[in-house]
Formats: sequence, C-alpha cells, structure tokens
Amino acid sequence: MRYPPAFVLKRLILLLMIVWTAATLNFFIPKLTPRNPLREKLLEDASRGGYIPPGFNEMVQGYEKKFGLDQPVWKQYLTYMGDMARFDLGYSISNFPKTVGELIGEAIPWTIGLLTVTTALAFLIGTLLGALIAWSRSPSWLNYLVAPLLTLSAIPFYLLALILIYFVAFQWKLLPLGGGYSFGIVPSFSAAFIFDVMKHAILPALSIILASTGGWAIGMRGMMVTVQGEDYMTFAEAKGLKPRRLFFRYAVRNALLPQVTGLALSLSFIVSGSVLVELVFGFPGIGTLLARSVGQLDYFLIYGIVFIIIVAIGVAMFIMDMIYPLLDPRISYE
Amino acid sequence: MNDNGYVLRVENLDVQYHTDAGTVYANSQVSFNLKPGERLGLVGESGSGKSTLALAILGMIKPPGRIGGGEIWLENTDLVKLPEEAIRQVRGRQVSMIPQGAMNSLNPVARIKDQLIDGMIDHELGLSRSEMNRMVREALEAVELDPQVAQMYPHELSGGMKQRACIAIAIAMNPKVIIADEPTSALDVVTQRQVMQTIGHLQAQLGSAVILIGHDMGLMAQFVDRIAVMYAGKLVELGSVKDTFTHPMHPYTQMLISSLPRLENKGTFNGIPGITPLLREIPTDCVFNSRCPQAIPICMQRVPKLLEHRPNQWAACHLYQSEEN
Amino acid sequence: MDRLQGVLRYIRRNPALGAGIGILLFLILFSVIGSFITNPQDAYPLAAPASKPPSAEFIFGTDGQGRDLFAVAVAGTWLTIRIGLIAGVIGVTIGTVLGFTSAFYGGWFDIVVRWVVDVLLTVPGLLVLIVIASSLGDKAVDINGMALIIAMLAWMGPTRTIRSQVLSMRERPYVMMARLNGMSGLSIIFRELIPNLLPYLGASLVGSTNGAIFASIGLAALGLGPLRDPTLGVTIYWVMNQGAFVRGMWWWAAVPISIIVLIFVMLFLISAGLDELANPRVRRTV
Repeated sequence: MRYPPAFVLKRLILLLMIVWTAATLNFFIPKLTPRNPLREKLLEDASRGGYIPPGFNEMVQGYEKKFGLDQPVWKQYLTYMGDMARFDLGYSISNFPKTVGELIGEAIPWTIGLLTVTTALAFLIGTLLGALIAWSRSPSWLNYLVAPLLTLSAIPFYLLALILIYFVAFQWKLLPLGGGYSFGIVPSFSAAFIFDVMKHAILPALSIILASTGGWAIGMRGMMVTVQGEDYMTFAEAKGLKPRRLFFRYAVRNALLPQVTGLALSLSFIVSGSVLVELVFGFPGIGTLLARSVGQLDYFLIYGIVFIIIVAIGVAMFIMDMIYPLLDPRISYE
Repeated sequence: MNDNGYVLRVENLDVQYHTDAGTVYANSQVSFNLKPGERLGLVGESGSGKSTLALAILGMIKPPGRIGGGEIWLENTDLVKLPEEAIRQVRGRQVSMIPQGAMNSLNPVARIKDQLIDGMIDHELGLSRSEMNRMVREALEAVELDPQVAQMYPHELSGGMKQRACIAIAIAMNPKVIIADEPTSALDVVTQRQVMQTIGHLQAQLGSAVILIGHDMGLMAQFVDRIAVMYAGKLVELGSVKDTFTHPMHPYTQMLISSLPRLENKGTFNGIPGITPLLREIPTDCVFNSRCPQAIPICMQRVPKLLEHRPNQWAACHLYQSEEN
Repeated sequence: MDRLQGVLRYIRRNPALGAGIGILLFLILFSVIGSFITNPQDAYPLAAPASKPPSAEFIFGTDGQGRDLFAVAVAGTWLTIRIGLIAGVIGVTIGTVLGFTSAFYGGWFDIVVRWVVDVLLTVPGLLVLIVIASSLGDKAVDINGMALIIAMLAWMGPTRTIRSQVLSMRERPYVMMARLNGMSGLSIIFRELIPNLLPYLGASLVGSTNGAIFASIGLAALGLGPLRDPTLGVTIYWVMNQGAFVRGMWWWAAVPISIIVLIFVMLFLISAGLDELANPRVRRTV
C-alpha cells in the first residue's frame, strides 16, 4: 500500500519520543523527592520486626550499586534507559521476589480484553447511532436520544461504574459486585469459568461502553451534518443511488475519518478512565494492580505500570496511524 | 396527458422553503418545455431559483423545501407525483446531473470506477461485472479520459479531469435529460471551453436534451438553442438565442444583454443596479418593478403572465401586455 | 436592560450555553448559601453521629466517620471547582502564550512546541500525575499544591487549540487588511485576534478545567493527594474504601456522585455552547 517513508518515519519518531518521555519522567520525577523507597520499606519492615523475604537485601544492594548516589546522574540515567529498552522493570517491592514484569504480565490480559472489547463496541455503537441521528431520512424520534447521550458522555466512567454497582449488583443482585471471577473457581478454559468471567466483566464493560458511546455518537452526529452538506452527497443522490448506499458508502464512510483520528487521540483518556473503573470493581487488570501498588507504596511497580501503559498507548496509536492511510487515500499526499 | 414531442414539460411549478425567518418562494409558477435533443440555457443571478428548479426536476427538494404545486412531466410521467423510490429510479438514468462544484462532487474516498459502477448497480440494469467495466471504459473514453483514470481517486485528478469524470457519470446511462448546473464555473477559460465542447459533442451523440444553468451569457450564446431567463423565482423570458440576443423583450433581459462587455464600448461597465430580492410572499405585482427603468403603473398592481408576444419568444412583462387589459 | 435582553435572546438560540450557565449559577448559589448555614468543621470526621441516613437534622445524611454530608457537599463543591479553576487558568495562560508565540514566530520554536504537545497529549495525564503524587506522598501537598501539579499537564490542549486558531486567523481577510493598513504585530494581536479568539479561549478554559477536575477526582479516588480535605474525590475514595454500599449507605455515594455529574454536565454544556458561539453554522452539539 501507499506508505511514504516520510510519513512512517514521522510516526515512528513520535512513538520513540513517547516511550522516551515516559521513561524519562519515570526516572526524574522520583528524584525530585528525597524519599528512598527501598530504605523506607526496609525500615518499615524492620520497625515492625516483620519478615524480609530472602534475597531482598541483595536486591536492594544490587539496586543501590546500579543507581546509587555515588554514580553521576547521567550514568544512572543511561543504566536506567538500558533497562527500560530491555523492558527490565525491576522487582516489585511488595511482592518480592516477583518482578514487575511478571505482575504486569498477569494483569495485562484482563485489561486488554476489557478495553479492546468495550472500546470497539462503544465506537461501533456510538458511531452508528450518531450517524443515524444525523441522517436526514431517519425518523425524528431519534433526536430524543441526543440529551441522554450528551449526559452520558459528560459523566466519567467510574462514576457510572459506582451507580451501576449500587443498582445492578447491590440492590437487584443481578451480577457480582466485583472481581474477575468467583472465589473458589480455578481458572481454566472450561465453559463454566468463561461464563463466570463474563458475568464479572459485564458491569465494568457496561460502564465503559455506556459512558463512551455518547461521545462517539455526538462526534459522529456533528461530522454527518457537515458531510451531508458536501457537494458529493448532492451529486451522489442525483446519480439515483439507493439510500442505503448513500448512507454507508458516501456519508458514513467520509464522516468516519475524523472519528478514527478521534479514537487514536482519545486512547489515553479511555485508558485513564478504565484504570479507575477497574479499581471500582476490583477487576484483576492493570488498573487495580496500579491502585494496589499505590496503596503499598510499591514504587517500582507504579513506575513500571505507568511506563508499560504509555508504551502500549504509543504502540496502539502507531498502529492506528498505519491503518488510517488505508481508510483515506488522500493521506499519503499530505 | 403529454403534448407529444416534448421530453420534459414543467408546468406552473411552485417551490417554497419554509424557514424560521419565514417562507421563501424559490420557484413561482415556472413553466417551460424541452424537446428531445434540445439545448436550453437557464440564466439568472444567484438566488434567482435556477438551482432550485434543477433540484425540483431531479426530485431532490428536501425539507424545509417543498414543491407547493405544479407538474413536471418527463414524457408520460408526472415526476411530482412519483413516490421516492420511483423518482430515484429516474435520477441518474433518465434525468442526470452534471454538478456545479466539480472540485468536491466526487466521493474523495472511492475510485472513479466505483463511482461510475455504483449507479449502474443501484439502477438494477442487470449487467455483469465485465459489461459494467466495459461501460466504464466507454464512458471515460467518451469524455476523453484515459481508461487508467478508472483506478484513480479524485484527489489524483486535475479540476478539468474531475469535471470530465462527473460528465462520464452523468452520461453513463444514456439519460434523456441532462441538467448541467454551471458545469464550468470552477474551471479556467481554456478547460471551460474543452469541457463544453465535450458536453455538446456527447449530447448530440446521445440525443439527450440539455438544460445548461449558468450566468455566463457568452457561454450561453455559443452553446444553447433557447434561453430561459429567471428572476426572483420566476421565468421572465424564454426564446431562441438569436431572438433573445438581438431583440430581448423583458427589461431585465435587456439589461443582462447590455451588461455584456463588448469591444466597442470598452472601459464602460454596465451593471444592473440593485439586487435580486428573495420572494417572501406570493407576489401580487411584477417582481422586477423596483429595479425596472421602464416600469409603468400596472407593474405595481398586477403580476405579468408569461405570454408568447412574438413567435416562439415569451416574456412576462406588462409592456407588451397592455393591449389585452 | 437592553443588553440583558440581548443576552437572554441569544441564550434562547443557544440553549446549551444557557443550561450550562444555569447549572453553574445553581452550584455557586449552593456553595455560597451553604457556607452561611453550615459550620465548615462539620465536614470533618466525628462532627456528627456516624452513618445517619438523610433526615431533618442532616438533610444529606452523615458518613461512616461522622462527617455531615451536607457540609461535605458545600465544602467539596467549592474545593473541587477551585482545583479545576486554578489548574485550568494556569493551563490556559501557558497555552495561550505558547500557542501565540508558536504560531506567530514559527521556526524551531514552533516545531519543538508542536512535538512536545503531540507527545504529552498521548501520555495519559492521570498516570503521570499518579507518579508525581505517589512520589511526593500524601503529607507534602495541600489542595493548592495539587492544583499546581495538575496544572503542569493542563496546558497542551489549550496550546494546540490557540495555535491552530491563530494560524487560521492570521490568514483571514480582516487580519490581512489590518496588516496592509500598517497595524503593528501587537496591536493586531490585541485588537483583531484576541476578541475573535475569546470563544476559543473560553472553550479551552472549560476543557482544561474539565480535565483538571477529572484528574483531581481520579487521584483522590486512588487515595493520592491530600486525603484530609473534604473534596468530592476524597469522599468517593472513602465511599469505596469503607464499603458504603455493602453497609447500605447509598446517600454517602449519592451526594458526591450527583454533584460531580452536575459539574461535568455543566462544563460539557458550556463548552458545547461556546462551540456554537464560535462556529454558529456548525450546530454540532445540542
């Protein structure tokens, strides 16, 4: 297909810059405070007379050797960047000897599953709904959907999650209150387990879908209004095309382009929102892991999660940037 | 019902737009007819109702617009009474349009070929893929475009090529009537001329009638057989090009003709003072009376009817009507 | 009087703006009148009997730690809007300066600004704030400090908007005319550009205030930042942390949620209304 090298190169550089920024922020922000997470943890455990896992002291010493104050900052920075480049995110303080990578690896499939399904559904439903509302041949009652959609789009995901929990899970007891699967069920690829997972995922998914469908619908509605005023719509109608084709091949097809750009741009917003949704439901994804690591002051885990999420968003944006020229033949000539 | 011999007959057509700011009568009592193969020029200032008339013939007047009355006969069918699905079948196949804004008239995300074929598919011509591909090739050849253009996207074409592609789409199904709405207004003069030649050539070949909408009187003089002049939603004069140019009857037409630049009066520029009013109510007097230098008392009292004052030359003006009253 | 009538007539044509301003006035009235009839101390723990449902004495009820939720609502509404406004104003100010400079002088500066904005807009602000807030710990920052931290990530959106608007306005006929008439750069900015940019500046302010409030509530819900102050986000944190639902205390959650929803709907309506004001033809939203 048409991929001018300049276009690909620019996007690749953007991706690298995003990853580099994420890593750099993770390196420097903690340096701004005088706190030393590892010493704090050791002191805290020691003061409680608590149990220190075997190897923890060695890990701390290794870490301090690597990033210790005796090293100049630039050297520490380079070492750190080297680790990041190899996705070596270090050990989790609170779950030693598990590494940050392992913990993220356990949580991330849940998040990816939840996010891709909900984002895709919300995008499809919202876009189609918005297109139908704006379409001049649609029944006029569809306009009554605008106000509720607007309201939904203004509410943060996690508030909707709280409302849903209260009514659906707590009051009516239709679905479980939270978690990824029921206690006592062993994860496996059995029908019972999958059904159980689905049951737990409905509410988190529903809160993300409900809250983001409105935004897509409102955006699409605006674009459809603009597109319907274009000359090519008039000419297409004068060709005697069937309304169905006018709708999908001409109006929706063109109005979709800014929606796709919008999807790429709102990825970071969606991720932020869903981190909090996971927290509300205790869904075993990366958001809940992040909340737990914040609670346990497990700094390496916090930084690792933030880094991985930002890299994931960067990669997702890069992929979408590469898909976009397939949708819009004009892009390669920009 | 139909007077035989006419391919299109518009009778007492009224089109109104109902808006919050009131009703605008965009076409009021418009009547004319068109023989097969004839070229009719429709001229008038912006806002005079030319494009509305074109949309009405294509059955594409949409809310807040409405056809208030009148008939549009395409051979033996009254298009005004046809249900939407039937008028869709007419569009593109029997009456087609060459659009005004060639720059934006093609779907930016579809290949030219697909934009030619989708019309054929939706008109259920019962053609195979290869037959449709052949028609695409023929249509492109007819407008003097390289067959490779079929695989291209609109942004890869120049303005003139885009307009040719639009013409190819308009003629692909041998329509009986082609409405060309200022087809060359976005093009430079040289391309303009080539495109008009192509339209003329094709029209003669297919035997379609053409309604050429525009305000370029020079272009009209070269291209059309008859001229219809619109003013504020009304047809004010209708006659052959020769008659209209040599002895225009309606004062508005007279002013239009005399405003054309000529070599002998180089330097002077005769505009028409005033602007075209939008009709906000059904007129009870002549719509041109406020700008007419020859207005007489009756012009303020009655609506002039479009009448044949000379053989084949029609005008809606009290100056020629006085003897009847 | 005529002016007021003009405004009212405009609002009838732009109901989103009217509704948004209406909700804003309601929230302001609520916190102003509320502050006269409540004791600020009631918004802190042990000020009232714990876990009481709404009654004549405590019309919004009390939470599990003995806060009067009416006092919490009054104080929290104001604190939450204040964080949003401080961060929003700082963000828009930085964004306006950067956007103008970038669009007007172009060159390397423009390229750098554009790249930084593009990169930072991709990075979820909430996550960076989580890193910052968790590094600082909960004792180090108060409400204003929180607002300042959030403001650090509230300027990219305004920068992008202002930059592109200035770029497009620079090419418009009236600016060209002003230039041909020999107006200087600064007077073009102040006489021609700023007045036309006002709706966009307003929309940017609403946008970054919105983002800031979202971030502040999100951080608090995660247990970051000052947990002592009765903000709406902190209340949400306690609702989740103390299992308000399991204890059947629906009012505990209903109070902050309703106010937060009102705030976000208000901001959305105002930004939709300003959008309509800036591009009357588009009629995009309500």
